[in-house]
Amino acid sequence: MPFTNAGGRPGPDTSKLEAVRLEDVSVVFGTGPDAYCAVETASLSVADGEFVAIVGPTGCGKSTLLNVVAGLLAPARGRALAQGQPVAGITRGAGYLFQQDALMPWKTSLDNVSVALEVAGVAREPAQARAREWLARVGLANFTARYPHQLSGGQRKRVALAQVLIRDPAILLMDEPFGPLDAQTRGMMGDLLLKLWSRDRKAVLFVTHDLDEAIALSDRVVVMAAGPGSRIIAEHRIDLPRPREISEIRLEPRFHALQRAIWSDLKAEVMKAYGEQFSGAGTEAQ
Amino acid sequence: MTRARLLALQIGVAFALIAAWHICSNYPVIGEVKQIRFFFSTPEDVALRIWKFFATGMIWKHLWITLSETILAFVIGALGGIIIGFWFARQPRVAAVFDPYVKMANALPRVVLAPIFMLWFGLGIWSKVALGVTLVFFIVFFNVYQGVKEVSQTVLANARMLSMNERQLLRHVYWPSALSWMFSSLHTSVGFALVGAVVGEYLGSAAGLGYVIHEAEGTFDVTGVFAGMVVLALFVLAIDFLVTLAENRLLAWRPPAAGQG
Repeated sequence: MPFTNAGGRPGPDTSKLEAVRLEDVSVVFGTGPDAYCAVETASLSVADGEFVAIVGPTGCGKSTLLNVVAGLLAPARGRALAQGQPVAGITRGAGYLFQQDALMPWKTSLDNVSVALEVAGVAREPAQARAREWLARVGLANFTARYPHQLSGGQRKRVALAQVLIRDPAILLMDEPFGPLDAQTRGMMGDLLLKLWSRDRKAVLFVTHDLDEAIALSDRVVVMAAGPGSRIIAEHRIDLPRPREISEIRLEPRFHALQRAIWSDLKAEVMKAYGEQFSGAGTEAQ
Repeated sequence: MTRARLLALQIGVAFALIAAWHICSNYPVIGEVKQIRFFFSTPEDVALRIWKFFATGMIWKHLWITLSETILAFVIGALGGIIIGFWFARQPRVAAVFDPYVKMANALPRVVLAPIFMLWFGLGIWSKVALGVTLVFFIVFFNVYQGVKEVSQTVLANARMLSMNERQLLRHVYWPSALSWMFSSLHTSVGFALVGAVVGEYLGSAAGLGYVIHEAEGTFDVTGVFAGMVVLALFVLAIDFLVTLAENRLLAWRPPAAGQG
């Protein structure tokens, strides 16, 4: 198994190959007068092994950027590169953890995880053996025969995480993956994610609306402006030491300083987004 | 309500109906007994006739014919529905072109087709199978079409991100989704296969349950008609039970609330 870089590596190394690079990417939905520009000239780069979190008000196009990197969405202008290669079609070597339930409901958790290898040509037996290993790693050794509807929301997320990680993706894209979970489960999932990530340190692009989660997990927090036509307006390096434990790190003074600094950037955008929704509701009512 | 209590009440309903039938056909409660017997027969006679059906073994041949027609109609109709349903769902242009014709064909009352099928396929089982197929096909077709169209976009995007190619998407995503829709209408489509078979037999044949009932009707043998109906009803119950077993096995992954309960 390719866990070569198991030891802790000091901070992200910018001289390393870029895992993700977005150059002036704009995304437009629809055409003509109805066209809606979701993202305007966004530029971003994620180094290999770097954990980058994107925060921003709701509807600011965070997920849109992620879909561009994944190859699920083509940008109207600009360029997206994954591991130095222009994105065309589905990005090979990228793993995507969705916000909504994305497991195949007709497969057991074991089959859901092993199918990720089987479609890549691994025979059924070894694929199932490795799927068992991965399910054990995410704490679901006793739930291999369950169907998704027989699992809790947190357990489903663990299966989804195993399904993504078993393919050993070079880039991990996460779209508010723990959004629908309750606070305690979220913290535990965050710890699990950090534990698994620290074994081989993939590049991670993590979208969230939860600033605390972003700071606790990432090496760098990127703030996006309110939509439409949202841009990246600020970046903050998170210099908290690793390994981290989410419940502990929230108590550190440095955590609070970062929180304040990033919130001062974010606040105006959140207010703007909120105001827009509010005025939108107002005109509708008239 | 407990299972035992429910069963007791269900049997109670049957008992009450049969008792009412027995009283009305043996005592002059609502009219002359002879007249009542001519129109409704008596439960004793019907039971005796059913016993004769099985004792002489004459019914087995008819049951077997009706069963084979039902199975053939279901299998052929379902296969056609699956193939065409998949094709249309994956090729929206084809679906758009054929849409008015599908609607037209589905709106047509199938009974009018029976004489034509008899002309084409003769009086044997195939004209009945053809009638059943026209009924089953559309149910399965619409469900498979819907199943393929309504695959969750997230599940689909996730499968794409797992690097599935078109063939693998078909096998792991579209096919199970379409099947689940098809199985959710299994009771209806199997029921319609049987309706096609019996109606076909009724309109012209030399064997099958529909033929047995029609024969009895032709000679004003009300006892025979009722006996045939009771056997047909029991036959439907048995098939429905088997379908439920198959469904429980095949749709184990479904949350109970979304199933048919």
